[in-house]
Amino acid sequence: MDGILLGLETALQPSNILICLLGVTLGTMVGVLPGIGPTATVALLLPITFSFDPVASLIMLAGIYYGAQYGGSTTAILINLPGESSSVVTALDGHEMAKQGRAGPALATAALGSFFAGTVATVVVALFAPPLAQVALKFGSADYFSIVVLGLLASIALASGSALKALAMIVLGLLLGTIGQDQFTAVPRFTFGVRELYGGLDFVSLAVGLFGLAEIIRNLESRHNATLVTKKVQGLWLTRDDFRRIRMPVLRGTTLGSLLGVLPGGGHVLASFASYSLEKRISKTPQEFGKGAIEGVAAPESANNAAAQTSFIPLLTLGLPAHPVMALLVGAFIIQGITPGPNVINDEPELFWGLIASFWIGNLLLVMLNLPLIGIWVRMLSVPYSVLFPAIIAFASIGCYSLSLNPWDIFAIAAAGLLGYFLIRWGCEAAPLLLGFVLGPLLEENLRRAMIISRGDLSVFVTRPISASLLALALVIVVIALLPSVRQKREVVFQGEDD
Amino acid sequence: MSTYPAAPGDSPGRLGGGRPGPSLPDLMAGGTFVVLGLAFAIGGSRYDVGTALRMGSGYVPIALGSILTVLGLVIVVASFRGVDPTVANADRGPIPWRRMGLLLGAVMFFGFTVRGLGLGPALLVTTFVSALAGRETKPTQALFIAIGLTALCLVVFVALLQLRLPVLGEWLGG
Repeated sequence: MDGILLGLETALQPSNILICLLGVTLGTMVGVLPGIGPTATVALLLPITFSFDPVASLIMLAGIYYGAQYGGSTTAILINLPGESSSVVTALDGHEMAKQGRAGPALATAALGSFFAGTVATVVVALFAPPLAQVALKFGSADYFSIVVLGLLASIALASGSALKALAMIVLGLLLGTIGQDQFTAVPRFTFGVRELYGGLDFVSLAVGLFGLAEIIRNLESRHNATLVTKKVQGLWLTRDDFRRIRMPVLRGTTLGSLLGVLPGGGHVLASFASYSLEKRISKTPQEFGKGAIEGVAAPESANNAAAQTSFIPLLTLGLPAHPVMALLVGAFIIQGITPGPNVINDEPELFWGLIASFWIGNLLLVMLNLPLIGIWVRMLSVPYSVLFPAIIAFASIGCYSLSLNPWDIFAIAAAGLLGYFLIRWGCEAAPLLLGFVLGPLLEENLRRAMIISRGDLSVFVTRPISASLLALALVIVVIALLPSVRQKREVVFQGEDD
Repeated sequence: MSTYPAAPGDSPGRLGGGRPGPSLPDLMAGGTFVVLGLAFAIGGSRYDVGTALRMGSGYVPIALGSILTVLGLVIVVASFRGVDPTVANADRGPIPWRRMGLLLGAVMFFGFTVRGLGLGPALLVTTFVSALAGRETKPTQALFIAIGLTALCLVVFVALLQLRLPVLGEWLGG
């Protein structure tokens, strides 16, 4: 309870509210742009946040993230161009509603559902993160190694494409993470004598290259032009009947999302898909789904937003990012001199609780901001792509360069963009690579430390109870993911995601 | 949604029309993993490997590189057995080589010249070259886009955010 009060005190400081507002606004503004998903948005705006103190900068980042999520839904509803897989489901019925002239209610449903889900999920985070952090404090190096393995393998199970390729992308990410000076021996690895690479590849460059540049090249492949449905945004308010219809889907979506969001590797994507299929299954009128059913917007949007919130639990308690945006936040923590993990809650209570309180404030600001300002966001949508992508290139280059004035960070964008484009084209997802990259150093450090402690005995990973059960869980997840029947179901669930 | 036929080399399905053969995306992805895995493993063996007790700098890269190589080989083998449904369904045009080259060139140019030319000129060229990659952007339009974006970026990053980046670099006496 004290914690929440401290958090509110921190988050309600005028300067922090202002920063949260700024983050939410910028996040929505960039997130609403077609073809830019939340990950790219956060990566692009990340450099801006570093000029603030740690608490403020993380509050701003969280705001950017929610704003980007919301902006992504707006794009999905209005022009059927979901920026990231988590809003693909929203587009199914949301865009149909927009075509029928009900874009307003669809947007309002998304906003209200997200707000409700965000509120509930914030409470979930505040309740469960502290005790989990206490548990995590008992973890030894071997246990940490195992939980990183679990996190990485779980992200394969939740990836939408081939599990084998996702695994390979993780390993590639881990390998890219070894570039730079070895933490134990200070030997520079894979730097080819370039002093600027001693610090390792810049993770912002990697993210911007994979999710920004590669995506632009991909968009320039096809002549697919989006159809804009903007004239019909009017009458935002929901009817009494709409309210009755969305009540239960929002509740169910929130529950499902809060649970699945904790899973590593994109639980939020699974959450929106799962809640949509759940609603369709239990609906008395399943034939309406895909043709503009308001339940089909309410449930996945709530689930998505709840999951976005609870995915902070593994980050704040274990330092484990659940998906690429969280991986970016890990980088942001580290740049601010904070090691994300169980110690944050004790060492930086102001930051921990301030961040949690600002989740809720951010959600509130989103509702207050987005519905009235929808006209502005719609105008952002009409920025032509021929102007948009040079702007992204310019912002990405300046942003990455400004962080450490290192030209190699810019070269890294180009390299990551090239590699990312081809790998994505060949059916590999970029998200596991980024997760592997961020977790690589953590994995290696704990492996080597655990080996030193156990005097080179590999059995330490199976004799320590925590480590053993985590590894067993990881094994179960991989086996389940590879079972033919589950694979088929997964393909059904993820169908249409690659459009 | 795009209806024009893909070039043979870009075919998301099997090579050579209906004949059974490897799935190209799988083959390429697997091959890339093998090459990168070997590169890291061989590169890693130049460093001290150490023992399991005291792992040297090369231990983890060699281990991971070998794993990646094996995974790549498995993917290559699997590519002869079937097409990854997620790729087969994807709607893909041909690889936009020229546009990709322009974009990568623009980014590299920025990296090479931002220090020497300064933010202003480097940005102007970068935005111009990347704007040329647009679908129907003519050079004059690209120039307008470049001027507009450069002005916008200078206002946002230099005037508002006060990043200490020189607008004119040392090569231009800035």
